[in-house]
Amino acid sequence: MRGISQKYFKADVSVEDGGAADLSQGRGPRGTWDILRSTAWPMFVGLVKVTIPLTALSFAIGLALALLVALARISPYRVLSGLARAFISVIRGTPLLLQLFIVFYGLPQIGLKFPPFTAAVVAFSLNVAGYAAEVVRSAILSVPRGQFEAAATIGFGYAQTLRRIVLPQAARTAVPPLSNTLLSLLKDTSLGSVVLLTELFRESQLAAAESNEFLALYAFAGLYYWVICVALSAGQKRLETRLNRYVIA
Amino acid sequence: MTDIRIEVTGLRKSFGELNVLRGIDFTTPRGTSTVLLGPSGSGKTTLLRSLNVLDTPDSGIVRIDDVSVDFSALPAGKAGRAEGQRLRAQSGMVFQSHNLFPHRTVLENLTEGPVVAQKRPVDEVMGEARVLLDQVGLADKADSYPYQLSGGQQQRVGIARALALKPRVVLFDEPTSALDPELVGEVLAVIKDLASQGWTTVIVTHEIRFAEKVADQVLFLDGGVIVESGPPAQVIAEPREERTQRFLRRVLDHG
Repeated sequence: MRGISQKYFKADVSVEDGGAADLSQGRGPRGTWDILRSTAWPMFVGLVKVTIPLTALSFAIGLALALLVALARISPYRVLSGLARAFISVIRGTPLLLQLFIVFYGLPQIGLKFPPFTAAVVAFSLNVAGYAAEVVRSAILSVPRGQFEAAATIGFGYAQTLRRIVLPQAARTAVPPLSNTLLSLLKDTSLGSVVLLTELFRESQLAAAESNEFLALYAFAGLYYWVICVALSAGQKRLETRLNRYVIA
Repeated sequence: MTDIRIEVTGLRKSFGELNVLRGIDFTTPRGTSTVLLGPSGSGKTTLLRSLNVLDTPDSGIVRIDDVSVDFSALPAGKAGRAEGQRLRAQSGMVFQSHNLFPHRTVLENLTEGPVVAQKRPVDEVMGEARVLLDQVGLADKADSYPYQLSGGQQQRVGIARALALKPRVVLFDEPTSALDPELVGEVLAVIKDLASQGWTTVIVTHEIRFAEKVADQVLFLDGGVIVESGPPAQVIAEPREERTQRFLRRVLDHG
């Protein structure tokens, strides 16, 4: 018995009379608070080093792409608007997890291999682009036609009209739904854990697997997400107030 | 030649099956006011918008001062757009629903075009803009946002914005139609002022009494053609054409 145990487990885990094995390797029992305390830091590191940068980068890139896709979608060029429509349809019509798997495991098969963080940024920003493009498009279309015409009569070209007249007004309409997209993205980055990206949620999984403190650890990870979301919501409110300053209260 | 500010020759425009302009010819001497009258659907607004290339005519020539565009020979794509923009830059447009930029202050509404599009020095443009605001009686509203103004004030800012571009002609598309009746007077007074200062204006309006006072030339349009034209004393006071008489009778009965 002792021999078999040594052979397979590299330690003596045999227990007399079939009692419970001590797998703690002499670390002694730890309370829930101890585990939380020792896991809080790695989770925080996962949040600050992966979750937040991944969210911020993906959102920024995704938003820039979304603007291009939205402009293509409303452009009079059939090919452009068709491509944009197809992109939006595919992104919104397939699961995010599947998109993540395609970038992580599918693309390397055709020679497109990225480091894990980059791959995640690619997948998440494309996903954001697909959703935000429709938000941006409808926000642009919500700006009255007369604004485009007035911009034309004061000598503005396409880019100037967009940047100085249309987008500032479209922003008012777009901020609430885009905030939703941002909050969703922050939480969706937890899917990165499935492709072994060591972000916040992955850290909590690792700790939970080791200690079996599922409830406490996952609740704690949830707390981290929630705090960031509360902060973002506060930011959204300030931004909305700012954008509404020229509209009747 | 130099005395003629606007020269329109054989202008045609259709929207799909609908022929809105069916051959329009007229000239406008420098420093005069031309009023376009006509029932709705007569093509008067389309004609005005064609002068500014907000609607692109199918054929015909528009010349404003030294820029002339032959729409029958307008190249496709970028080159055509550039030509259109050159013609557009000759005129300032005042819209029925003012179309002020709500996210810019009154002063910024005036300076945006001259500074950003015309790339003129900011200090110079600011000075001129304040003079213009003073002229339309809104010097104290420079830093207000459009929503803080009454409809009449908004439209006066709209006029000042058009003038800030230093255009050769100023176009008015039913400038008082969207206003409460008691606000119409202040806007018409500003337009009358401009006319007396030597601006060349083209005005689409339903205010017959105003047209009578301000116009040097009245064009009566119906069905996409100019039915009758001449000084108001003739076209409005003693119209020869039956269609003009019918229109004026109807409008004046309600007015």
